[in-house]
Formats: sequence, C-alpha cells, structure tokens
Amino acid sequence: MNAFLALLVRDMRLATRAGGSAMLAVAFFAAVAALVPLGVGADLKLLGRIAGGVLWVAAVLAALLSLDRIFQSDFEDGSLELLVLGPLPSEAVALAKICAHWLTTGLPLTILSPVLALLFNLPARGYDALIASLALGTPAISAIGAIGAGLTLTVRRGGLILPLLILPLISPAVIFGAGAILASLDGLSNGAFPLLGAFSFVAVLLSPFAAAAAVRLNLQG
Amino acid sequence: MLFRDLAFSVGAGEALQLEGPNGSGKTSLLRAIAGFLEPRAGIIRIRTNNGQSHSSGEERGSFIGWLGHQDGAKSQLTPREALSFQSRYYGDAAPVDEALGRVGLSRVSDLPVQYLSAGQKKRLALARLSLSARPLWLLDEPLASLDAAGKTFVAELVRQHCERGGLAIIATHEAIGLQGPRLSLGNRDT
Repeated sequence: MNAFLALLVRDMRLATRAGGSAMLAVAFFAAVAALVPLGVGADLKLLGRIAGGVLWVAAVLAALLSLDRIFQSDFEDGSLELLVLGPLPSEAVALAKICAHWLTTGLPLTILSPVLALLFNLPARGYDALIASLALGTPAISAIGAIGAGLTLTVRRGGLILPLLILPLISPAVIFGAGAILASLDGLSNGAFPLLGAFSFVAVLLSPFAAAAAVRLNLQG
Repeated sequence: MLFRDLAFSVGAGEALQLEGPNGSGKTSLLRAIAGFLEPRAGIIRIRTNNGQSHSSGEERGSFIGWLGHQDGAKSQLTPREALSFQSRYYGDAAPVDEALGRVGLSRVSDLPVQYLSAGQKKRLALARLSLSARPLWLLDEPLASLDAAGKTFVAELVRQHCERGGLAIIATHEAIGLQGPRLSLGNRDT
C-alpha cells in the first residue's frame, strides 16, 4: 500500500510540476469550451441544449492530450523497468498511474466544468447532472486510455494512433454522460447515470489488467 | 537467435562479468534474467538459501536490483526526491543524504535532474542501486560516461555488495577491475 501511494504521489507531482500535463489539460478544456459559444453564436436556447455534449467532448479531448504520457515518459528514461521490478504487481502500477492521471486531469476538469457551463447559459437544473456525470465518467477515460498508452508504448509517434484506438471505446461514456445532462434538462427520469456508472466501474476494474499486459509485452522489445 | 547452449551459474558473493562485442546479446541476457524477455527455451532459476527456487520471470523480479542503459531518473525531480521515492516504493531503509554524499551528489541534491550531466545521472542511478536491498544486481554498462573516480566507485560498490553475500552480473566492455568469473558471449563458430 505504501508503494502504491508513493507511486501515486510521484506521478501527481510530475503532472503538476512545470511542463506537466495537468495545467495543459485544464487550459485546453477551457479554451475549447470558450471557443464554441463564439462559433455557435448567441442563441442562448441552443447553447443551453448543447452545453453538456460540448463540455463532454472537450473533456475527452483534454484528457487525451496527456494520456499517451502515462507510461511513455517512464519508458523513455528507464523508470518503467524499475517500477515493474518493484514490489507492486504491474497491474497495481497501472492502477496507480490511472488514479494519478484522473486526479490531475479528470478531477480538475470536473471542478472547472460548472464555471464553463456559465458560458453556455446552461439552465440551473442541469448543473448537478453535469458535475455528477463528469465525476462518474472521467475515470473511464483515464482507465481505457491507459490500455491505449500501454499498447502504443513502443510505436513511434504513438500519441497520434492512441486517439484512434481509444475514442471508439470511450464513446459510451460520452453518450451516457451527455445524455444524462439532457435528460435532467428535460426533467425526464433517466437511466443514463446507472449505465455510466457501470461502464466506468467496469473500465476501472478491468483496464489495469489489460494495460499491464500491454506494458509487459512492450518491455520485451 | 542470440545464443544457445548457454549454461552458467553465479553463487553468493560472486560477480560475473559478461563480455562480448556489440550485438552479442549482453543486454538481452540481462533482460531475460530480469524477466522482461522470455527465453525461447531453457530455464533461468534463482535458488534461495532456504531451498526455494524461483523460475518465473515475475518471481525473479523481486530479487533484482537493476541498473540499465538508461538511468531511470525523471528530469523534473531532484536527486533527493528521486531517491526518497525509490526507497519508499521499494520499502528500503533510506539514508538518502548519506547515499548522495557517497556518490558525490550532495552539492546538486536539490537541483532538477535535467540540469545534471550524464555522469552525474549515472552516479544517481548508482546511489539508487546502493540503497536497494535486492540480492542480485544486474548492471548494464555501469561504467558508461563515468570519470575515473566514478569507475573505481562502481568496482568498490560491487565488491561491498558481494562481501555481504550479494550477487552481481555485469555487462561491460571496459575492464572494471574486479576479480571473478567471466562469461564471453558472441564466439559463434557457425
């Protein structure tokens, strides 16, 4: 457990240091979300309807920016071998890295999202659903992203292939997440939250195994 | 295929030096022992004093102190942070300052690793290895980019490790100044 925490703290520290990925993701998220109302125009009703979907897509893209670095920076400087040889099974290494990635991207994006929703004139009854759906769904992005990061570890410019690999796998989170926000705007009872939660839960549960297998495979090179 | 009909053993307190030209498979052999590479055929086994034997790659990993080509130091962290993470992660007792002093990095202990020279990074990796309580050290070109004093230090470090009953396998081109068995790879007659 100590080793797990040590790794978690190290990865969070690296992500928040100068040149780290956390600030980049937050800034990108804010920039995309601020651009869309400018492009769509001042149709307040329309903006309120699309707010959930746009913020979800922006969050996925912002998280994507840093996903390929989950294992790659450690692979390039030789730290990954040392982590794998350590006392943690490689599945736990992957889980620690997924948690660190979520805490430094998914969580800040979730916290920032209500501020950005103001730009979209999101009706007041939609805020709870917005925050809840991002909090529930973004762990799945980090988890599934880690599989892609492991698979593209030794691919040259793997960061370009990674989105193609994982965007289809993440799309259920976007569908359920944005759907949950729309349903709450319309005052409908919705089943999107349980489905989003189940999807996220299964992703976080199974991804460490797949990611660890992918990393072991790539270390053979 | 890199090698076949390869059989050797290293006992407690022994340091085996791997020799051979570039591309003869020194690094691959070390990676196979560490469990990163699966040999096509054959067994690599670690036998402990209490008679247990470990032959799967994952089991072997927990015995191994690794010093690879790359130094395994994050460029944004300082040497002190790198070592204290390492000892917390591996659960070793950590006289971090002492280890930094031993390898001559006290002066730069709070400077991010990206400002260190290649030799200093290698010294940091040696400090990490010296803190590890792992019995089998695998060293891949430990002398690369070190100055004369650094090279003597490597030999001294390995000698102390062996005196404590540790084992070491060292892949190197240069004379490291250690007594002990040697294994020469790459003398293929086919």
